[in-house]
Amino acid sequence: MIKTGTRLKSQVCDTEVIVIKTGDGLDDLRAGGVVMREIGADTASDAALDANFSDGNVMGKRYVDETGAEVLVTKAGAGTLSIGDTPLSVKEAKPLPASD
Amino acid sequence: MSISLLLEMASSGDPDRKCVVSNGTRLTVGELSTLVDGGAGVITAAGAGSVAYVGPGGVMLPLLIFSSARAARPFTPLNYRLSAEGLHELTARLPEPLVVFDDDYRDMVEGIGVKSVSAADFVAAARSGEPAAEFADPDDVAIVLFTSGTTSRPKAVELSHNNLTSYVMGTVEFASAEPSDAVLICVPPYHIAGVSAALSNLYAGRKMVYLTQFDAEEWIRLVRDEGVTAATVVPTMLDRIVSELQKHPTALPTLRTLAYGGSKVALPLVRKALELMPDVGFVNAYGLTETSSTIAVLTPEDHRIAHGATDEALSRRLGSVGRPVPGIEVQIRGDDGTVLGPDQPGELYVRGDQVSGKYAEIGSVLDADGWFPTKDVAALDSAGYLFIVGRSDDTIIRGGENIAPAEVEDVLVEHPSVRDVAVVGVEDAEWGQIIVAVVVPADDAEPDPEELRAHVRRSLRGSRTPDRVVFRDVLPTTPTGKVLRRDLVDELLEKKGQS
Repeated sequence: MIKTGTRLKSQVCDTEVIVIKTGDGLDDLRAGGVVMREIGADTASDAALDANFSDGNVMGKRYVDETGAEVLVTKAGAGTLSIGDTPLSVKEAKPLPASD
Repeated sequence: MSISLLLEMASSGDPDRKCVVSNGTRLTVGELSTLVDGGAGVITAAGAGSVAYVGPGGVMLPLLIFSSARAARPFTPLNYRLSAEGLHELTARLPEPLVVFDDDYRDMVEGIGVKSVSAADFVAAARSGEPAAEFADPDDVAIVLFTSGTTSRPKAVELSHNNLTSYVMGTVEFASAEPSDAVLICVPPYHIAGVSAALSNLYAGRKMVYLTQFDAEEWIRLVRDEGVTAATVVPTMLDRIVSELQKHPTALPTLRTLAYGGSKVALPLVRKALELMPDVGFVNAYGLTETSSTIAVLTPEDHRIAHGATDEALSRRLGSVGRPVPGIEVQIRGDDGTVLGPDQPGELYVRGDQVSGKYAEIGSVLDADGWFPTKDVAALDSAGYLFIVGRSDDTIIRGGENIAPAEVEDVLVEHPSVRDVAVVGVEDAEWGQIIVAVVVPADDAEPDPEELRAHVRRSLRGSRTPDRVVFRDVLPTTPTGKVLRRDLVDELLEKKGQS
């Protein structure tokens, strides 16, 4: 299972994420329909963004699957985040008043 | 994840955003990030094992927090009010520290024989030197803070990168601030609130305006001149701001939230502040160093509802610290360890990723299930609002009966002749301990001790009535407003010995 704190990047768009809470599904975490790789690892040069997974993602948002696995977008990109073919959903946070 | 990533994200998101304003220095996020890279280079080149800072803060605080993180070294802001001896004792407990000092502290720091550099030289070297970037393990220690040590030797609390980033991500949405938002930071740099302010406001995208030496007039001027929208103060600061606004009524049109915390705020002061600043949303933030800052928040809406309520269950919440923040679980436990239900006071235990509960030289004090004993006596109401009664160490045992000082203080402070009060237990041959109320009279008031005792007796059981009432011009406190109860007890014992 992928380690919490691992940083991953897309092979087909600018997306970068960090794993906040790991889960089995994250081994097949994809951006733009193509599996994400650890930052620093080799990426396939012939991979292309899947048009069905091109809704993009938002910088600084946390995305979760139904098991509670969670990633944070540290660089936004054009690809949809998904585990297999199932898109992740944005973790909605209740806004807290500024307290610092 | 590392706290470095917070800065990395902020600077890649909007590098030209105004980030820090401090005594004439103004930096954008991009400029801060470049300086931090250079700062990491200075730390690495110095061969330091850790970094410490002696000074009142300002831009040096975010600069050193992130430079240290990027150099993968723990960082410790030290209390700049310490004596040379106190400073020596603490730096001796840090691994091979590089001590960065503001010029006022040069003689003191250079006198203790540690590796050191002035803040000005550090910044100059950071601007011109080779940048460095190392990646800290998320479980590595990012920040070490010494507790104030009001009752014992200061403990060195270790906060990991994960503890701090869990706090920030659990409580703040990235770039959620409006472009015009600005926060006024006047909490001491060596306090957890100083550290968390630098992290969470950067992440939220809020311009940070530093006021390094608190002064109520200057605070009000900065709120107006810099268009400050949020601020955090400790109780003594709130008291001075309220007094200043009463003397010279001034509109603070941009201020939306004013958070207070650090120690208990007396209810009459909260009410006065609410009435004086009706358009400001007040936030009571409760947390400990060991929990990476805030773990419970009483929101502006909570304040409004409680302040306007006639129902006692609602109105008493003005004195609560609110409800736990996301990611924090709380339990109230009895002396035998059983978990207590609503309205039953006991020791507060907390759990969550932001909770460290780990000290250098001591290790972790979390229990087997990850719960941290706060040593605070507290109770939850039926809706989950948390009420802090006080430190368990402060509990007075008079004739076998446990008395929380806060219970008596809360009654006394409502008396019109009382400005401030601390209730302490003093050794006594007959009762074990007797209850002594140390009262700071309100302006021009000369309260009668018997009248004050009668005032308590009208609200509480007779056994809670202070045995003695003494007067003092001011209470001794830490810079964040915690009353130094031990000093009061020592003083009272000394007087007793003389009489």
